[in-house]
Amino acid sequence: MSTPLNKLPIQAVINGEPKMFLAAPGQVLADVLRDELELIGTKIGCNTGDCGACSVLVNDRLVCSCLVLAAEVEGQSVQTIEGIADGAVLHPVQQKLLEHGGLQCGVCTPGVVVAAKALLDSNPNPTEEEARYWLAGNLCRCTGYDKIIHAVLDAAEAIREGAAS
Amino acid sequence: MNAKQEFKIVGTRPIRPDGLDKVTGRARYGADLNMQGQIYGHILRSPHAHANIKSIDCSNALAMEGVLAVMTGEDLAEPGNIVLGSGEGAIALKDLIPMVMSQGKVLFHAQAVAAVAATTAALAAEAAAAIEIVYEVLPAVTDMHEALADGAPILHSDRFPDGKPKEPTNLAAEITMQVGEPDAAFERADVIVERTYSVPMCHQGYIEPHACVVRVDAAKRVDLWCCTQGHFTVRQYTAAVTGISLGNIRVTPSEIGGGFGGKTTVYLEPIAVILAQKSGRPVKIVMDRGDVFRTTGPAPGATTRVKLGATKDGRLIAADVECLMDSGAYNGNPAGIPAFMATACYKLTDARSSGRSVYTNKPKIHAYRAPSMPQVTLAFELVINEVAAELKIDPLEFRLNNAVEEGDVNMMGAPYKRIGLRECLEAARSHPHYQSSVADGAGRGIAAGYWINAGMQSSATLNVSPDGSVSLLTGSPDIGGSRASMAIMGAEVLGIPLETIYPQVVATDAVGHCDVTGGSRTTLATGQAVIQAADELVAELCRRVALEWDVPEDEVMWSDGAAHHGEKSLSFKDLASRASAMGGPLTVSSSLNSTSASPGFGVHICDAEVDKETGRTTITRYTVVQDAGKAIHPTYVEGQMQGGAAQGIGWALNEEYVYNDQGVLENAGFLDYRIPVASDLPFIDTVIVEVPNPLHPYGVKGVGEVPIVPPMPAVAQAVFDSGNIRVMDLPLNPAKVAAAIIEAP
Repeated sequence: MSTPLNKLPIQAVINGEPKMFLAAPGQVLADVLRDELELIGTKIGCNTGDCGACSVLVNDRLVCSCLVLAAEVEGQSVQTIEGIADGAVLHPVQQKLLEHGGLQCGVCTPGVVVAAKALLDSNPNPTEEEARYWLAGNLCRCTGYDKIIHAVLDAAEAIREGAAS
Repeated sequence: MNAKQEFKIVGTRPIRPDGLDKVTGRARYGADLNMQGQIYGHILRSPHAHANIKSIDCSNALAMEGVLAVMTGEDLAEPGNIVLGSGEGAIALKDLIPMVMSQGKVLFHAQAVAAVAATTAALAAEAAAAIEIVYEVLPAVTDMHEALADGAPILHSDRFPDGKPKEPTNLAAEITMQVGEPDAAFERADVIVERTYSVPMCHQGYIEPHACVVRVDAAKRVDLWCCTQGHFTVRQYTAAVTGISLGNIRVTPSEIGGGFGGKTTVYLEPIAVILAQKSGRPVKIVMDRGDVFRTTGPAPGATTRVKLGATKDGRLIAADVECLMDSGAYNGNPAGIPAFMATACYKLTDARSSGRSVYTNKPKIHAYRAPSMPQVTLAFELVINEVAAELKIDPLEFRLNNAVEEGDVNMMGAPYKRIGLRECLEAARSHPHYQSSVADGAGRGIAAGYWINAGMQSSATLNVSPDGSVSLLTGSPDIGGSRASMAIMGAEVLGIPLETIYPQVVATDAVGHCDVTGGSRTTLATGQAVIQAADELVAELCRRVALEWDVPEDEVMWSDGAAHHGEKSLSFKDLASRASAMGGPLTVSSSLNSTSASPGFGVHICDAEVDKETGRTTITRYTVVQDAGKAIHPTYVEGQMQGGAAQGIGWALNEEYVYNDQGVLENAGFLDYRIPVASDLPFIDTVIVEVPNPLHPYGVKGVGEVPIVPPMPAVAQAVFDSGNIRVMDLPLNPAKVAAAIIEAP
């Protein structure tokens, strides 16, 4: 059983801000984000890495934060859904999800946004198939993925046009 | 009533008002609220699927430092013979309470047996494990056919389907409907086809697990926050299960992360309330994903026999349907739907349809999107295709020949009003998908589907602020964009900018009663309450203007967000700012029990390819055609059509509950219970047909549930069509399809 006494002090950069927090050795990043740092945008749908609702970026790498120990992010940079928009300016994926209605209940949306951003960071011109396979780790039970995929492909186009202009 | 035809905002596609919070991670769902001083509940669950509880000893758990409360089924109310709700929504307390926590007997694996509240979640789990329970283990039965066999373990020795004590049985209920003389009609048939198809038990699969947090104030009033499709129902059920009076419970709904019918009841809430009462501290409980699968309402598995008769001229003349449904451990009332609705798409004056439900050692089934309808429709639509094939008639033409229309009567006896099945079939026929030829090696299936749709009780309140903004309050949890449609309908009536309306879903004490967000009823019925409230607000504004201008009230006209009389006008904004001088605050509430529901119909077209070596099926093209009456926000109507289709495709191809011989669910997680992922599906094309509902002011029909009805037969037909691959026992997973390929003629 873990007690507060054996918690580890962790330092990491969370959404661009240096943070220090305590985490038990067995505590996963998702729990620390939600319970210690009050970043409740990271959702827990399964706790087994199957649903992708807890997707975050650790040093720009897409991970399920329910499968990462909090202690592992010592000295690393973590980006959560709360850090995707640039202040009041939405990331194109967020904007296009709104325009296309690529969300219904919205609980998978933070994970979808983070995962899609990671896709477009590495591949600014994905095919439909590439987008579908990249997002295959993000379960959505409401939409049938149609409007999500359209939004992601549309966001890719917007980013490319933005880069060209 | 004639539905309004011309609209300014209805039918447009604005960005939903709650969208920004959802794409930025700000929206708060069930597990996202914490209260000061909060402690954590943990539920101890039975390791056995069938057992008598001989004793429960909680003393070890209670003695642990940091453990503040424990409870068992004895802390809950006595069920007696109390029934909550009515009609299809009725549930007996004896079927509800044990789904919260068992009272002396365990009837399915992982059923709740006790609970602990402690200062940390880890400590609560540790303490729960220290509770000592002595079980008398009984043999379990999870297969509904075996449950009806002689010598099967009996789950309820005190229940009898017709109320008369006789030999105990696991038959939960039986209902048969008949119109005309089906046996005589079969005598006249030129073609008769009879088949039996099975569908497995499956889960709604919402991504957000159940969660709640509760505080009890010094006056013993309960303040409950949870994710639910209906917080008024949570209040009613929690009151009944805990014995606390309704007036002492307030429920505030969080955002909801999916439900599909599965969040129209309580599991955790009464437990958290009792633990909060006992400990004097706020209690939070979040359900584990595995327990969502193991212990919350799945949809019933079913075996359906359908026999249809038709004449050479392409007329369907006789039907006989028999559907056996798995109710799980308690009565989930699945059998009425097949009896009443199996034949609902077709003109049939001679038909018989029966439904039976069976107790098994599995969780009690609960509503899942058009509950019971996909199961029976699978068999019915596939037999329709076979009859059409024998008659050498195109399956779509055959359906058009026999489709119900206004004035036709189904098993329930009331004539249809203006419905849109024929229009959907015609739209499907002319769609490029149906006009295209099927790719080499692929197959195509079509299927029609029906759902009754609900009306029920709804309320709305409009509060106008001095700046002209409007708070639009309802009690209908927004599960797929309904706040957008509420705001649209309000703006349409008032003639004010959409952005000035702030739609919210508020607590049980902040708005009039609303039944659950279910039955495809929210846009229809809660929307109707919004329209009614907005109409009353306009009437009040016109009264005030008439008084001020000293003109007859009926000469003041309202248009474009302003009151007009001759050359004079006063805008909504002006009237809002001057409210205090013109009669006081502007607030209107409206409630109704809607009888405006009209059934929904849809037609799906599916193309599929089957890998002949592995048996893997790929959906290559899919089109959904559906009558929405009037689409208030077409984007979210399409979203319902696509999402329902995807769920039906998942059920057709892969989803099923797999139990071992101990009655333990073996695939209680998203890895092994595999719902469709993005790479499993193509884009899903949609066609919204609009045949206005004459009973609704804006012509709305419910759209949420119909789209899960046709996919199973559409997919199964496409697989069959790709190479005579006939699987009678879904899902069409690679193993079954590969076996069927070997057997194919």
